[in-house]
Amino acid sequence: MIEIFKNPSYDFIGKRKWAYIVSALVTLIGLVSLATQGLRYDIDFTGGTLVQVRFEKTPSVAAIRAGLNRINLGESIIQEFGHSQEFIIRLPLAVGTDSQQTAKRIEGALSQEPSLGKFEVRRVEFVGPQVGKELQWQAVYAVLFGLVGILLYIALRFDLKGGVAAVVAVFHDVLVCLGAMSLAHREFSLPVLAALLTIIGFSVNDTIVAYDRLRENRGKSIPKGMSFADQMNLAVNQTLSRTVLTSLTVFFSAAILLFFGGRVLADFAFVLFVGVITGTYSTTYIAAALVVDWTQYVEGRLRARKKSVVKAGEARKIT
Amino acid sequence: MPRNFRTRAAIVLVVLIASIWALYPPKKTINLGLDLQGGIHLVLGVETDKHIGSQSDRAAEDFKAALDRRGIGVKRITREGLRGFVVELASPQSWNDALTVSSEFQTFERSGEDQGAGRFSMTMREREANRLADDAVRQGLETIRNRVDQFGVAEPTITRQGTDRILIQLPGVQDPERAKALIGKTALLEFKLVDEKADAQAAAQGQVPEGDQLVFQRRVDKETKAERRTPYVVQKRALLTGGELTRADVGADPNSPGNWQVAIEFTPTGTKTFADITEQNVGRHLAIILDGNLYSAPRINERIPGGRAVITGQFSVDDARDLAIVLRAGALPAPVTILEERSVGPSLGADSIRQGMIAILGSAGAVFVFMLLYYRLSGLIADVALVLNLLILLACMAAFGATLTLPGIAGIALTIGMAVDTNILIFERIREELKVGKLPRSAIDAGFNRALRTIIDTHLTVMVTALILYNFGTGPVKGFAVSLFVGLAASLFTAYFFTRLLFDVVYMGRRKVQAISI
Repeated sequence: MIEIFKNPSYDFIGKRKWAYIVSALVTLIGLVSLATQGLRYDIDFTGGTLVQVRFEKTPSVAAIRAGLNRINLGESIIQEFGHSQEFIIRLPLAVGTDSQQTAKRIEGALSQEPSLGKFEVRRVEFVGPQVGKELQWQAVYAVLFGLVGILLYIALRFDLKGGVAAVVAVFHDVLVCLGAMSLAHREFSLPVLAALLTIIGFSVNDTIVAYDRLRENRGKSIPKGMSFADQMNLAVNQTLSRTVLTSLTVFFSAAILLFFGGRVLADFAFVLFVGVITGTYSTTYIAAALVVDWTQYVEGRLRARKKSVVKAGEARKIT
Repeated sequence: MPRNFRTRAAIVLVVLIASIWALYPPKKTINLGLDLQGGIHLVLGVETDKHIGSQSDRAAEDFKAALDRRGIGVKRITREGLRGFVVELASPQSWNDALTVSSEFQTFERSGEDQGAGRFSMTMREREANRLADDAVRQGLETIRNRVDQFGVAEPTITRQGTDRILIQLPGVQDPERAKALIGKTALLEFKLVDEKADAQAAAQGQVPEGDQLVFQRRVDKETKAERRTPYVVQKRALLTGGELTRADVGADPNSPGNWQVAIEFTPTGTKTFADITEQNVGRHLAIILDGNLYSAPRINERIPGGRAVITGQFSVDDARDLAIVLRAGALPAPVTILEERSVGPSLGADSIRQGMIAILGSAGAVFVFMLLYYRLSGLIADVALVLNLLILLACMAAFGATLTLPGIAGIALTIGMAVDTNILIFERIREELKVGKLPRSAIDAGFNRALRTIIDTHLTVMVTALILYNFGTGPVKGFAVSLFVGLAASLFTAYFFTRLLFDVVYMGRRKVQAISI
């Protein structure tokens, strides 16, 4: 039998204070990057025109730009797309033009530049301002409602503490993924949104496995005097090999998508790649750790109240 | 044999056969999305306001005609806002008669009455405006469907989206520009008299006589590609429109070699109107205007009784063919604008399929090998379950007519990950039970029972997210949500029925089980 861990008993929960610092740091770096560099949005959300062109011989960006400058369509972004002969040209929304004209004019402009040679237009996307705005809102709604759905489900199946902690963990994962995208200059598009929601699902999946084990243990015999923190640590350890195995398989699937899935899926896979790591981490160090601290806080308050009740009783005796 | 073994075996068998049946032959049963097979996806916005506006224009004209018929003098009728007009009578004495006329216009409401000045406003009722807006979208949809059918696209999707949008998906179209032009053209054909007295040059400077409008004829020089615009002044009122057409055919233009023309034929009513127009206006010029552009303005030499006319104007054979299609299919009641467009060439689609397949096979292959190495015989069981899982997933997509898109392929890749997680959960649990010293059979029982609760919880939460994705997402995200949801349902099914069944077959037979290969 191959085993990664033989009866693991690492003190995960005991080191949670350090983990909080790490989480805060990583999240902060992400937020700083989001605040300073921002997030690049695909035309799905900003509106605009995208044309994907494959040239017969490798062109220079300068030549493409020279061709485009003939038609004055505003600030165009030219990017190589997965292949040295393949390029994506993006144009912002211009007043008074529609997709029909824009794509046609780009084609015309490129064919007038003699150094570019023959080319094929492989993809044209146009998103109008109205639709872009709607898609933006739908993205926000999808994430928010996804979180609410998860919160409700866990609150019903387990308890409110678990639900809130899981949602905080997921929120952390989303922030880290967005931060990583901003740092790596990846683009936020509709497929990326799908990946983000997958990560939400994946992260919650992981969290539930740990919660489920904790609940099962508590239903059975728990050694007397075992603190809640230790119980949680036990559950995390018991599910450790499963967590690592599953995370590794999803991680490898994401890696294969990232490296072989083609340029279209690359951003999607990137988010999965980052998300699997942070999703696995956040299960223990955010979802589980928060539940532990929350429970300890509540227990501490209860104990304090008991003590004060006792004291009040004693005081009465004296008088 | 354990309880329910036969029932469960039967269920698995039925699902297996149904899946294979639903999937055969795969080329025909699996719908590929536009991103995979190439084609155009368009979302059009119908400018319903324009339809309401033009109906209000028409009502204002009708109102004037109705007043004229009764001999009520009108100072002027001016359009006001989107759906109203103001009537100013020549004298307040005909006030009561005018009010009688106004009550005949039941779709309009009278307001702002000022008897002293002989003035009142008419505004289209809300309900009528809504009805017109709805009509514009519905007729537009019908017209576009006609055009696409005549253009010849296999399996187009043309549906209404929301209140004023039309979603069009044309798989496998090679020339998106041409298809777009065909679909988006309003194709309002109008016959209007040229105002011979007006000075076209002065009108081009902004001095258009009342009741007239300025239109241009565009001519492109074949050599220099330069566009020349000739102004014409025509009467605002259209004498006849394309609504009275029965036929439109393409033919060579005899007067201009290399160019093509469209010959049209009117309905009986249209034929009569056309005959009357030509009879009453011999010697004048009749402008043929399509979507506000003047194509030609031939001189009327004599009465034309046959109900036939010809539209000429530098058409290539494709131009002429497309024009004939849009004329036959009729005009859109209101103009449309492209709100969203995604067109993918067939070569890119083929690339995406190839890369998607590599991604799926790659991740599935890696998972297969890993499971075999790590769990041995149990790993093999998991692998067989994974194959069944994929089979069910694809079969469900085929049965529901769902479309497989590139993000959908990503969803499948992810499902593989989740399905494997299910098996890992079960196996790790069985290992644990074995470690505590349980016998193989009871370890399998306990492992499955305990893991299943977790599996249901994890699957349901992710399925909830998939449902939310489906409801709030569009296009690609929806495709992803569909395959994720179906994949998870399949994974739940295989975990509960199939994996267990295989374990039962291997370990629950009559012979004594010494050890589990896990």
